[in-house]
Amino acid sequence: MAVEPAEFPPPIKPAEEFIAPITDPEEERIEVGVAIVGGGPAGLACAIRLMQLLEDEPELTKKLGEVPVAVVEKGKTPGAHLLSGANMKPSAMRELFPDLDPSEWPVYQEVTKDAVYFLTSKMAVPLKPMPPNFRNHGNYVTSVAKLGRFLGEKAEEAGVYILNETAADKLLVEDRIVRGVRSGDKGRGKEGEELANFEPGSDLVAKATVLAEGTLGHLTGAALDYFDLDGPDPQRWELGVKEVWEVEKPLDRVIHTLGWPLRWRPKYKEAGGSFIYPMGEDKVCLGLVVGLDTTDATFSVHDALQQFKTHRFIRKILEGGKRVAWGAKTIPSGGYWSMPKRLSTPGLMICGDAAGMVNIPTLKGIHYAMHSGMFAAEAIVESLKQESVNFENYERRVKDSLIEKDLWQSRNMRQPLSKGLIFGGVMGSAMVATKGAFPGGHWKNEPDADVPVELGKASSRYPNPDNKYIFDKLNSVFLSGNATRDDAPNHIRIQERVPREVAQSWVSMCPAQVYEIPEEQLESGAETVDVHVTPSNCVQCGAITAKGGRLTLPEGGDGPLYQEV
Amino acid sequence: MKICVLVKEVPDAAVDKRIDPETKRLDRSGEKNLNPFDTHALEAAMQVKEGGTDVEEIVAVTMGPESAVRALHKAVALGADRSVHLTDGALEGSDVCATGYALAKVLEAESPDLVLLGQQSDDGECYTIGAVVADHLKMPSLTQVIKMEATDGKLTCERQAEYGYDTVEVELPAVISVGDAINEPRYPSLKAIMGAKKKPLDTKAIGDVGIETDKVGMEGSRTAVLELKPPPEKEAGEIIEDEDTNETVERIVAWLEERKLI
Amino acid sequence: MGGILVYALHNDEGEFNKNSLGALSEAAKLAGELGTDAAAVVVGEVADDAAAGLGAYGVKKVYRCKEAPEGLAQPIVDVMAKVMTENDFSYALFGGGLLGFEIGAGLTARLGAGVTMEVTQVNVQDGKLVAERPILQDSQIADVGYVSEPGIIIGRLNAFDANETGGTAEVEDVQVELSEWSTKAKMVTRGEQRGADVNIEDAEILVGGGRGLGKKENFELAEQLAESMGGAVAATRAVVDAGWYPYAAQIGQTGKTVAPNLYLALGISGAIQHKVGMQSSENILAINKDQNAPIFEFCDLGVVGDLHKIVPKLTEAIKAKKGG
Repeated sequence: MAVEPAEFPPPIKPAEEFIAPITDPEEERIEVGVAIVGGGPAGLACAIRLMQLLEDEPELTKKLGEVPVAVVEKGKTPGAHLLSGANMKPSAMRELFPDLDPSEWPVYQEVTKDAVYFLTSKMAVPLKPMPPNFRNHGNYVTSVAKLGRFLGEKAEEAGVYILNETAADKLLVEDRIVRGVRSGDKGRGKEGEELANFEPGSDLVAKATVLAEGTLGHLTGAALDYFDLDGPDPQRWELGVKEVWEVEKPLDRVIHTLGWPLRWRPKYKEAGGSFIYPMGEDKVCLGLVVGLDTTDATFSVHDALQQFKTHRFIRKILEGGKRVAWGAKTIPSGGYWSMPKRLSTPGLMICGDAAGMVNIPTLKGIHYAMHSGMFAAEAIVESLKQESVNFENYERRVKDSLIEKDLWQSRNMRQPLSKGLIFGGVMGSAMVATKGAFPGGHWKNEPDADVPVELGKASSRYPNPDNKYIFDKLNSVFLSGNATRDDAPNHIRIQERVPREVAQSWVSMCPAQVYEIPEEQLESGAETVDVHVTPSNCVQCGAITAKGGRLTLPEGGDGPLYQEV
Repeated sequence: MKICVLVKEVPDAAVDKRIDPETKRLDRSGEKNLNPFDTHALEAAMQVKEGGTDVEEIVAVTMGPESAVRALHKAVALGADRSVHLTDGALEGSDVCATGYALAKVLEAESPDLVLLGQQSDDGECYTIGAVVADHLKMPSLTQVIKMEATDGKLTCERQAEYGYDTVEVELPAVISVGDAINEPRYPSLKAIMGAKKKPLDTKAIGDVGIETDKVGMEGSRTAVLELKPPPEKEAGEIIEDEDTNETVERIVAWLEERKLI
Repeated sequence: MGGILVYALHNDEGEFNKNSLGALSEAAKLAGELGTDAAAVVVGEVADDAAAGLGAYGVKKVYRCKEAPEGLAQPIVDVMAKVMTENDFSYALFGGGLLGFEIGAGLTARLGAGVTMEVTQVNVQDGKLVAERPILQDSQIADVGYVSEPGIIIGRLNAFDANETGGTAEVEDVQVELSEWSTKAKMVTRGEQRGADVNIEDAEILVGGGRGLGKKENFELAEQLAESMGGAVAATRAVVDAGWYPYAAQIGQTGKTVAPNLYLALGISGAIQHKVGMQSSENILAINKDQNAPIFEFCDLGVVGDLHKIVPKLTEAIKAKKGG
C-alpha cells in the first residue's frame, strides 16, 4: 500500500510560531546594525563585504552603532554545521579577497582531471565524452566546513561579531517590516520546562536582516509563508551523506558516478549519484546524493553509501584506508522554478541555499551563495545610506547576475530524472547541449512529501557493518562530533502515530537513526505504528522537513561539529 | 572578597585528540573550548556572589597560548569581571610542577581571598593543579568539592573521599577545586557574550610576575615523556553460545571465580 | 639511590585502605629491584602493632606522626616532606584515591618534584623508576621518566595489588611542625555514607542494563544480579530516555564514565556511544541474544543467549557460592 507522507503533516504552523514582534524592553534589547543569520559562505561573505564597504562609509558606520555587523550561528563555530562535496568555482573568492592567492585559500587542490563513470554492480564504465555539466577544470576541491572556519576568522579580523552557539529562533516583524531576530532560549528540559539554569533568548534588533541559513532554513521557511514569497514551484531536496577517508594512494581525479547502487527504474525515483574527490595527497572524500522523493520506504542514503563502498572500483580507492569523518545534509534541488518569487521584503533579504540558489546538474552552490551575500552587502549599504529598508536593489543584482543566468539554463534539468535514469539522462543531455533551450517549457517540481511511499526491498541489499569499511548509523553519528544535551526538548515535529510505510520511510531516510518503530509493533506487522524520536542523535540535515515532518532549531551549540566535510 | 577562577582552554570534547609524535605533547590545533569543569568553578563563584557575600570582583585567570583568550572571553561572559592572561613562549612544555608554580605566581600578584578551579581538565587528566598551587600560595586546599557554602571568612565544604563524604571547614584564603556535581552552570546571555570582549584583559609575561625561567617550560619540568605506545592489545574475548543454560551459568561462574570477581 | 616512601591511609577504625596496601607491596617490589628499601608513613592514632604489621607487605620501616590528623592532605604533606628530605627518599608512591592525589600534588610543589598520576604500572629502567600512565581517555600509554629526585608516583585506583610476604616493620615516631595553612582546614565529619546515593563511578562491580532487557520491570533482574555480587546497577542512554532507569545511572558519551573491575552488560548492543563510557572496565561480560552485537567485539566473555533465562540462574548460582 502506498502512502503519501504529506497526508500526515507535522503539528506546526511556522508563520505563527516563528514570527513575533519585539518583546524585550529597550534596555534589554541588543541593537546591531546588520543581523546575518547563518555563518556559512553566504552569511560570512555578506559580513566580510559589508565591513569592506563600510571602510569607506564612516557616517553609515557610525549610524550602525557599536556592533555594525553581527552573524548569528547555531553551531559551535562557523563550519560546524556545514557539509558539501565540493568543487568550488573560484569567482566569489577572487572577488571577495582580491589580494589572496589561491594557495592561501582553504582548498585542497585545483581540479585538473575529472571523470564520470556509470556503475553496474560489477563494473565502472567511463562515460566518454564526459557529460559537460560535470566538468570541473579550474574549480577547487574544498571542504565547506573548513571554508566556514576560514571565512569566520576573516570576518572576525574585519570586526564582525560572530555569535556562536546562538540559534535565531524567531523573526522580529512589526508592521510587516523585519526588525531583526530573537535568539533561542537555553536551558529547557525535555517537556519544554525551564530548568534551573534557564536563560531566555534576546531580541537582536537590526536595521537590516539577512537570512543565510542554508538548506531548509528555519526562519526562511517561516518568512516565505508569512510574506507569501513562495515561487511557482515548491522546493524539493536531495539528501547527501558523505565520508572522509585517509587513504594510502592519492586520488588523481575528481570522480562522479551514476547508476549502481541507485535503481534506474522510474517507479523507484532514485535520482542522484555519487562523488569521490581527492583531498590533497592523503585523503579522499566520497558521498552519495539522492533525491528525497524516493518511493521505497526502506531506501536509506547512508546504507546505500555503505553499499556503494563494496564496489570493486571504490574499494580499490579506499583500500587500507581509515574513515575519519562522516556527515549528512540536504541540498535544495528545485532550481530556478522553486526559488522564492521575491528575495527581499522590507527589512529582509534571503541569500544562498536558503533561497535555493543551487545548480544541481553542475553541483554548484557555494560561489552563488557567496556572490549573493556580497550583493546583499552592497544593497544594504546603498539602501541604508538613504535611510531605506527596501532591498529590491538586492534582487536586481541577483537577477542581472550569473546566478540567474545559470539557474535559468538548468531550470528543467533535474525534474526529468525523477522519471527514471534513462528518460532523465536523455532529456538532461538534450538540455545541457542546448543550454536549456530544448525542450524548454516549465517542468513542474513536486513536493517530496507528496510522493507516495511503500515498503520495498531496497534494504535487503544493504551490507552489514564490519567497522572497517562499512559502518552503521550510530557509529557514524559519533564521528560527526554530535554533542546534544540528553534532556533537551525534542526539536523534531512530526505526527507520532502514522501508517507503517510513512514511519518506515522516516526511519530509513534519517542518516542519524533519530526515528524508530518499537520492536513489538514491527514484529506484529501493525498497519499503524508509533514513531519514537531520539532527538539527541540528530545532525540537523533537514531531511525530515522534506518528507512530511519539520526540523525546528535545537538549542544553540547542539548538533555536529564537522571539521572537514 | 576577591575571587580568582583558574580556567583553561582545552580541545573540544568532540575533536579527536592526538599527540604530536615529534614533541610528544598534545596536538592543540583544532577546535578548543573552555574546560567544562571550569564552568562549574565560575558558576560556584557567581553563586557565592549572589548568595550574599560581598564579592568585589571575580577574576578569570589562565595560562596558555594566544588562543586562550577565547576561554577568557567565555569566562567573562559567564560572569567574571575581568581576566588575566599569562602567556609566554618560555612556558611551553611545562609539566604539573612548573605549571602549578607559574599559576601560583600570577595569582600571588592578584592576592585573592578565594581561588576556584575545576578539579580536572579534559586534556591534562591530572586532577592535581589546585593542590600544587595551594602549597605555593601557602593556603589550605580541598579538591573534589561538591558543595560549598561561604559564611564569615570561612567555607563549609563537602567532598567525596575514599570512605564517603567528608564535611570540612576551611578558613579563607583558600584554594578549592570543584567537581561537576557541585552545580549546573548557567548559560551566558547574548548581552554578556557580546560584552565580553570589552571587559578588561591583562596580558602578562613571565617577567611581569616574577617567574624564574629555569622553573618553567621544558627546562623547568621535572618529568619527561620518554615514549608513547598503544595500549596493550586486549585479547579477543571468549564467546559462549547458550544451549544448556545450566551449563552456561556454570561456565560463567567459573570464569568469574578464575578472575577473583566473586 | 634513596628509598621509596609510601603513604598508608586508614579509616577511623584503624583499617588500612586496600589501595595503600597495594602501593606498599608495589614499593617493596620496586625497592628490591633498585637495591634499596621501601618505607611507609602513617598519621593519626595508629597502634604499634598495626603500624608494625605493615611490614607484612614488604616495608622495612614505618614513620608515624601521631599529632598530624588523618583524612586531610596538607598536614600529611608536611610530614612526608620532612621525612623524605631528612631520610633522602628518592620516590614517593601513592595508591590512588583522593588523598593520594592531593598529598602527591602538594609534595610536588613543596619539593619541586616531578609527578605522574593515574599510573597503571611502574618499571625499573637504568636503575630508575619509569611510570606508565594512560592518556587521552585511555587511547595511548605514556612512559614518563623523572628528570630529578625525588619523583612522585600516584597510582590509578586498583593499579597495585596487595601482596603479603610476611615480616614486621620498625616503627619510628616523628615530630613535625605543621605549616600554618595545614591547620586551616578542619574535618567536621569524615566518611559519611549516603545510602541510596550509590555513586556508580566508585562501584567495583557494575551490572549495566540495556534495551535487551525488554521492559522497565525487567531491571529487577539487573538489580538482583548486582545485589548478589555486591555491585551497583547502571543503564544505557536508550533505557534512561525511555524512563526505565534514572539518569544518575547512565553510562556513555553523555553519561558517566566508569572503569569498574567487572562490567556485566545485559542486553546492551555496545554501540560506540555507550562503549566510550565503560571500555576501560577491567573485565567485561556481555549477555545478548544478537550474535552480531558490537559488544561481542570488545568483551572478555560474551554469552549469546536469552538473558531472561540466564540471569536468574546466574544470580542463584552466585548467591549459592557466596552463601554456601
